[in-house]
Amino acid sequence: MTPYLIVSALLFSIGFAGVLTRRNAILVLVGVELMLNAANLNFVAFWRHGPNPAALDGVMFVVFAIAVAAAEAAVGLALVIAIHRHCRSGNVDEASGMKG
Amino acid sequence: MNPIFAILAGVTVGAAVAAMALRNLVHSVLCLTVSLVGLALLYLRLGAEFAGFVQILVYVGAVAILIMFAVLLTRGGEAPPGRIANAPWSGLAVAAAVFAMIAWAIARSPALRGMAKDPAQPPLSVKAIGDKLTGDLVLPLQVVALLLTAALVGGVVIAMSEKETE
Amino acid sequence: MDRIVEHLWIIPALPLLAAGIIALLKRPHRKAAAALAIGSLGLAFLVSCVAFAATLHPAAGAGTVRLTHNFAWFDLGESTLRLGWLLDPLTAGMLVMVTFVGSLIFVFSVGYMAHDPNFTRFFGFLSLFAAAMLGLLVANNLLFLFMCWEVVGLASYLLIGFWFQKPEAAAAAKKAFVTTRIGDLGFFLGMVWLYHGTGTLLFYDKGAGCLEQGAIASLVAQTTLGGMAVSTAISLLLFCGAAGKSGQVPLHVWLPDAMEGPTPVSALIHAATMVAAGVFLVARVFPLLGASAAGLPADGHVPHTAALAVVTWIGAITAVFGALVAVAQSDIKRILAYSTVSQLGYMMMGLGVGGPAVGMFHLLAHAFFKALLFLGAGSVIHGCHGEQDIRRMGGLRKAMPATFATYAVGMMALAGFPLVFSGFWSKDEILHAALAWSPSRLPFALGLFGAFLTAFYMIRQMWFVFFAPSAHPAARHGHDTRPDAAAPHESPPVMTVSLAILAGATVAMSLLATPVWPWFHAYLGGHLDHLHVGWDADGAVLATMALSTVAVALGTGVSWRLYSRSATGTDAVERLVPRLFGALRGRLYVDGFYAATVFRLNRAAATAFDWIDRFVWGSLAGSTAWIATGFSWLGRLLDDAGINPGFDAGCAGTRGTGRLVSLFQNGQTQRYLRLVGGGIVAIVVAVAWTGKK
Repeated sequence: MTPYLIVSALLFSIGFAGVLTRRNAILVLVGVELMLNAANLNFVAFWRHGPNPAALDGVMFVVFAIAVAAAEAAVGLALVIAIHRHCRSGNVDEASGMKG
Repeated sequence: MNPIFAILAGVTVGAAVAAMALRNLVHSVLCLTVSLVGLALLYLRLGAEFAGFVQILVYVGAVAILIMFAVLLTRGGEAPPGRIANAPWSGLAVAAAVFAMIAWAIARSPALRGMAKDPAQPPLSVKAIGDKLTGDLVLPLQVVALLLTAALVGGVVIAMSEKETE
Repeated sequence: MDRIVEHLWIIPALPLLAAGIIALLKRPHRKAAAALAIGSLGLAFLVSCVAFAATLHPAAGAGTVRLTHNFAWFDLGESTLRLGWLLDPLTAGMLVMVTFVGSLIFVFSVGYMAHDPNFTRFFGFLSLFAAAMLGLLVANNLLFLFMCWEVVGLASYLLIGFWFQKPEAAAAAKKAFVTTRIGDLGFFLGMVWLYHGTGTLLFYDKGAGCLEQGAIASLVAQTTLGGMAVSTAISLLLFCGAAGKSGQVPLHVWLPDAMEGPTPVSALIHAATMVAAGVFLVARVFPLLGASAAGLPADGHVPHTAALAVVTWIGAITAVFGALVAVAQSDIKRILAYSTVSQLGYMMMGLGVGGPAVGMFHLLAHAFFKALLFLGAGSVIHGCHGEQDIRRMGGLRKAMPATFATYAVGMMALAGFPLVFSGFWSKDEILHAALAWSPSRLPFALGLFGAFLTAFYMIRQMWFVFFAPSAHPAARHGHDTRPDAAAPHESPPVMTVSLAILAGATVAMSLLATPVWPWFHAYLGGHLDHLHVGWDADGAVLATMALSTVAVALGTGVSWRLYSRSATGTDAVERLVPRLFGALRGRLYVDGFYAATVFRLNRAAATAFDWIDRFVWGSLAGSTAWIATGFSWLGRLLDDAGINPGFDAGCAGTRGTGRLVSLFQNGQTQRYLRLVGGGIVAIVVAVAWTGKK
């Protein structure tokens, strides 16, 4: 199981790195998706190697997670589009209204 | 280490890296798609066929396309000029630190030692999933349905209202 | 008898009550005020008569009546101050005299002050005075006597300055008060010393009083500075007070100026009663003055002590001084004022050489005829519409016959016309005692000279006022220079009745005093049991009578001759001895002397103290202010240099830190996320690290 977990950790870190560094808002969302997927992989790995696979908990969790992530991606992208219209640019740097 | 696993893992991770590192947004999204497919195959290898198929259907079939649409709608067709990242090294450092932390936790964790190396394939039938969904998890199911509805409506609202004022 | 003494306080209380009620009345209530005052004093007179009657019959074996009623007044810590009432011949005689003369003067005032707008206030003050004077008389406690003494002084001030709008009146009142105050200082010191020496201020207390044998003996035994016995020292101090109040030289200067007050005031206070208070005091504390190593003075025998010698000499000097200055005065009241000074000197001299009986007899006689003279003068002034200069009067014999007749009686009594007038007998007693005074015959000579002068100036006054051709402008030249120059008229009956009664009393008193029936002498001297009616075969008495008659006749004759022959407008004596006359008219420059010395000294002292006050105490006080200012300046310095910059630095630090921290908040989510990630790693590391340990 450890390899799977390592892979999951890697994916998570890569996604996190993207979230932290990329300037484009859409790519930030891409990074977020990667992180979510890394978590899903974790769930499945633990489901498989866990104590009670017959309860299907891991799989169910993943299914729901995918559903919610989809919803979140839709809304997030709608927001990005809306902001893009407003600011004429897709850079996250520009959205610094919380500066203080 | 199973070679198939190694290939799948390498493709997934590599595509993820590419997704995050490429300048061109469209290329980046396509690499993401590859990564997602790789993940689905990994689910299949782990015996969670349903999860893998759902992954393909939803993530690859809908979310990736959606992201592509967003990219194209925001004139991301051309590769953006200038920097692509803000202070990349500090960000990478933080991410690396996080990875190190997780890896260390995995290596040190006593729970993992007790886990079976290669358990048997658990019985995973669609019927069982359906029973579960409409039995124990009927409430979360409905909530998710509600959530999806709300997201749908909200997305339309957010993306549309601006259009009318233009 | 005891009950009478117990209730003796009623006598002063009656006029005091009247004064209190009058103080609440308003100006229009004239009749009420007058009725209250006269009524209260009349009642007091009746009670005094009862008290007097009680003293007429001493118990068998005792020479005199001396009743006391003592009670506790208030507690001073552990010791109790006791107060008491005393009834003896001295008190009784004075009570009757004061109330009688006072009532008559009150009645006179109704007429005299009829036109004055402050009628009510006048009677209030008069009643206050009467109450205080009577309280002084009945006191058996020296402190209480002193308190009444002071209230009497206050009443005198209020009454002298009754017309306070006149600056001279206000100044005279102040002068009277201040001069008597100087004397009162001695009185107070003497009183305190007496209390210290004997432990009590009660006069008679069944053997424990301060005037009784035990106390006196202890005082005589102790000596103080100069080898003087303590009793002598205390006596002299008390005499200071008496000298101030009774106008002895050198504290006499206030008496003539006190004539600024209304004439009834002059009659009551400055002739009959208040000035007599000093003489009364000396008579009261006579055991102290006459105390020698032999103890209390024996009855009927006058001791020769140092204190009494001082009293005699001062009295003699005053007698002559007053008479001399009176010769040259031209204000009708001033003549009488200096005459009073002179007569007070006689009284003191009488006390010194002959004891209380002699001095007090002259006091009582003098009260009647001096009051009569003053009231007569008041009648004259009233009749002449306020004129007081005798050179502008004249011929009033015809215009004011009743006044003339009564004034003549008074004059003859004062001058000492023989036999029928009390003044003759009283002055004679003094001269007789002076003749027998062993230390010196000079007081006798001075007394005789004074008698001559008295007759002289009284005849002079009589002549100018009543006999001279009228100096009235309307009568003389037909033109008048004054707006109210109406001819003089007789006074209304309310005034002349009092005059008549007093004249009668003056004559009646003479009957009490003849040596053939020395009842009065014995009564006052306290040896009624040794009374023997009949001629005292003492050649000295006859000789004295003869000598004084000669002196009076001389004075009368010389004066009459000088003045009746002189032209109007000039004074015969002035023509004869102009320089002396000028000096006498200037009152022998005593006032000027005081102005040059005492006033200057006072002013210099005041200036010095003012300087000290301003520059020494002022700077001290100011230095407190400076110190406070210094502290506040220091505080401000601390504030500006220390606290403010410190605080500012703190704030700047906070601001800087804030700015630094706010750098993190650049509004960019990615940075926040980095921080979150870093933070999580840090926490995990920290937990793991501590977990390892």
